[in-house]
Amino acid sequence: MKKESFPLKVYHFYLEGFKGMTSLGKTLWAIILIKLFIMFVVLKIFFFPRYLNQFETKSEKQEHVSEELIHRAITP
Amino acid sequence: MIESIDTSLIDWSRAQFALTAIYHWLFVPLTLGLGIVQAIMETIYYKTGDDFWKKTAQFWMKIFGINFAIGVATGLILEFEFGTNWSNYSWFVGDIFGAPLAIEGILAFFMEATFIAVMFFGWNKVSKGFHLASTWLTIIGATISALWILIANAWMQYPAGMQFNPDTVRNEMFDFWAVALSPVAINKFFHTVLSGWIVGAMFVIGISSWYLIKKRQTKFALASIKIAAAFGLVASLLTLWTGDGSAYQVAQKQPMKLAAMEGLYEGQEGAGLIAIGMLNPAKENYNDNVDPFLFKIQFPKLLSYLAERDLNAYVPGITNLIEGGYQTKDGQTALSAREKIARGQKAIKALADYRKAKKDKDEVAAKEHRAILDENFPFFGYGYIKNPKDLIPPIGLTFYSFHIMVILGCFFILLFAVATWLSYKNKFEDKRWLQWICLLSIPLAYLAGQLGWAVAEVGRQPWAIQDILPVSAAISKLNTSSVQLTFFIFLTLFTILLIAEVGIMIKAIKKGPEISGK
Repeated sequence: MKKESFPLKVYHFYLEGFKGMTSLGKTLWAIILIKLFIMFVVLKIFFFPRYLNQFETKSEKQEHVSEELIHRAITP
Repeated sequence: MIESIDTSLIDWSRAQFALTAIYHWLFVPLTLGLGIVQAIMETIYYKTGDDFWKKTAQFWMKIFGINFAIGVATGLILEFEFGTNWSNYSWFVGDIFGAPLAIEGILAFFMEATFIAVMFFGWNKVSKGFHLASTWLTIIGATISALWILIANAWMQYPAGMQFNPDTVRNEMFDFWAVALSPVAINKFFHTVLSGWIVGAMFVIGISSWYLIKKRQTKFALASIKIAAAFGLVASLLTLWTGDGSAYQVAQKQPMKLAAMEGLYEGQEGAGLIAIGMLNPAKENYNDNVDPFLFKIQFPKLLSYLAERDLNAYVPGITNLIEGGYQTKDGQTALSAREKIARGQKAIKALADYRKAKKDKDEVAAKEHRAILDENFPFFGYGYIKNPKDLIPPIGLTFYSFHIMVILGCFFILLFAVATWLSYKNKFEDKRWLQWICLLSIPLAYLAGQLGWAVAEVGRQPWAIQDILPVSAAISKLNTSSVQLTFFIFLTLFTILLIAEVGIMIKAIKKGPEISGK
C-alpha cells in the first residue's frame, strides 16, 4: 500500500476530526463561525472602519494626527 | 487654538474599551489556568498509563474547549477599537504597539491553533507522547499570546525603548529588548498569567466540590482537587511575590498610581501600608485638609519597604506629586504638576514649530525646535492637562480595587493551603463547609483578576501612555452617539456569548466525566 504524504496525512487528520466531532463540538464551531461573521462582516465593516483610512496617503494621515495633537493642546 | 473634545466622548470611549477588556478577561484566565491543570493530568496519564487520568484530563479538556471556543477572538475587538476610537493613539505609538501584536498574531496564535487541533482530534490517532506535547504546546502558545499583549500594555505604563519622530508623528522603536524585557513588562506578565492560574485552580476545585456536594464522581473530584489545590497554592504564593514586584515597579514608574492605591495624600518617611481602611467621601480636593480616611488599620513602614525596599524611605503622596518640591531618590527636586504642564506645552509648541519650519524648508529653525522638543518630550502629555487636579486618578475605585484584590489574594493562599492539606490527608470529602466555600469562591477568583486590571488601568488615568499621551488626546473625534451605540452592541454580543458559555458549561458539568462508578 502506498504511504500517504505528510500534507495528505494532515488533511485526513483534520477531515476525520471534523467528521467525528460530537454535537458539542459542532455547537461550538457554529458559535465560533457566527461570532467571527458578526465581528468581521458586521462590526468591522459597518461600525469599526479605521478612522484614519478617510485619508488616502500616509502623509495626509500624519498631517491629520499632528494637527490633532497640536490643536488639542492647552495653550498657556 | 484649543480643539474642544466632548468629555462624554472620552468617558464613553473609555467605558467601551473597559467593557470589552472586562469581558475578554473573563475568558482568558480560565484558558491560561485550566490549560495547565489539564496538561498536568495528561502528564500523569502519560507516566502511569492509568485510563482514569486520561478520562479526567479529557473532561477538563472539554471544559477548556468550551471556554476557548466562546472566548477566542474576543480580544480582536480591542484592536478594532484602536483603529476607530483611538486613531491618534494608534498612529502615535506606531510600530511599538504593532510589533508585539504582530508577533502575537503570527507566532502564538498559529501555534495555539495548530496544536489545539491535535489536542482535541488526536486522541488514539497520534502517539501518547505527541498528544501530550500538543497539549503543553497549546497552553504555552496561549501564554505566549498573553506575553505579547502584556508587553504592549506594559509599554503604555512605562514607555521604554522608543524615540519620537516629529516627521512621522510616531514613536519609533530603537531597542526591541528594552520594550520586551522592561521590568514592568516582566512583572506584569508573570503577575497576570499567575492570576489566571489561580482562576483555573479555583475553577477545578469549585466544580469538583460541586460533585462532592452532589455525591457524584467522588474519585474524579478528589483527584482533581488534589492536583488543583497544590497548583493553586504554588500559583497564589507566586502571585503574591510578583504582586510585590509589580507594586515596586509602580512606585518607581507611576508614583501617582501608588499614591491612589494607598489613598496617600501626604508623603512620609516610613509610610505604613493600609491593611483595611475606609475613604472619607467628604474629601474632594487633594489640598482641602480633610482627613482622607474615616478609619484605617495599617502595617507600619511597610509601604516604604514596598516602594523603595527601605523601611524608612520617603514615599510621595498625591499632594507632593502635584505640588513637587520634594527631594527625589537621585537627589533632584521634584517638579510640580504646573512645571510639567509648562514643559509639555513647550514640547507641543516645539512640534508645531518644527513641522512649520520643515514645510518652510528652514533647516536651522527646524533643528532648534527639534532640540526643544527632544528636551521636553518626557513631559509631552502634560501639555494637554488643563488643571493639575486632572492628573489624579479616581482614588476610590483604585484604592478599593487594590485592597479587595490583595485581601482576595491572601484568602486564596489560605484556601489553597487548607484544600491541599486536607486533600493530601484524605479528609476533603468530609468537609462539606469547605466544599461550599470552594464552589462559591469561583467568582471571587474572576473578581480578583478584574480588580487587578482596574488598579492597573484606572490607576494610570488620565494617561493612555504614561506622561506622553493622555486619553483626551488619544481618542478620535467621533460622534458620542456612535460610541454609545457600539458600546451597547458589544454589551449585548458579549452577554449573549457569556450566557452561551455558562449554559453549555453547566450542561457539560452536569453530564460529568465519562468515568464509571462513584
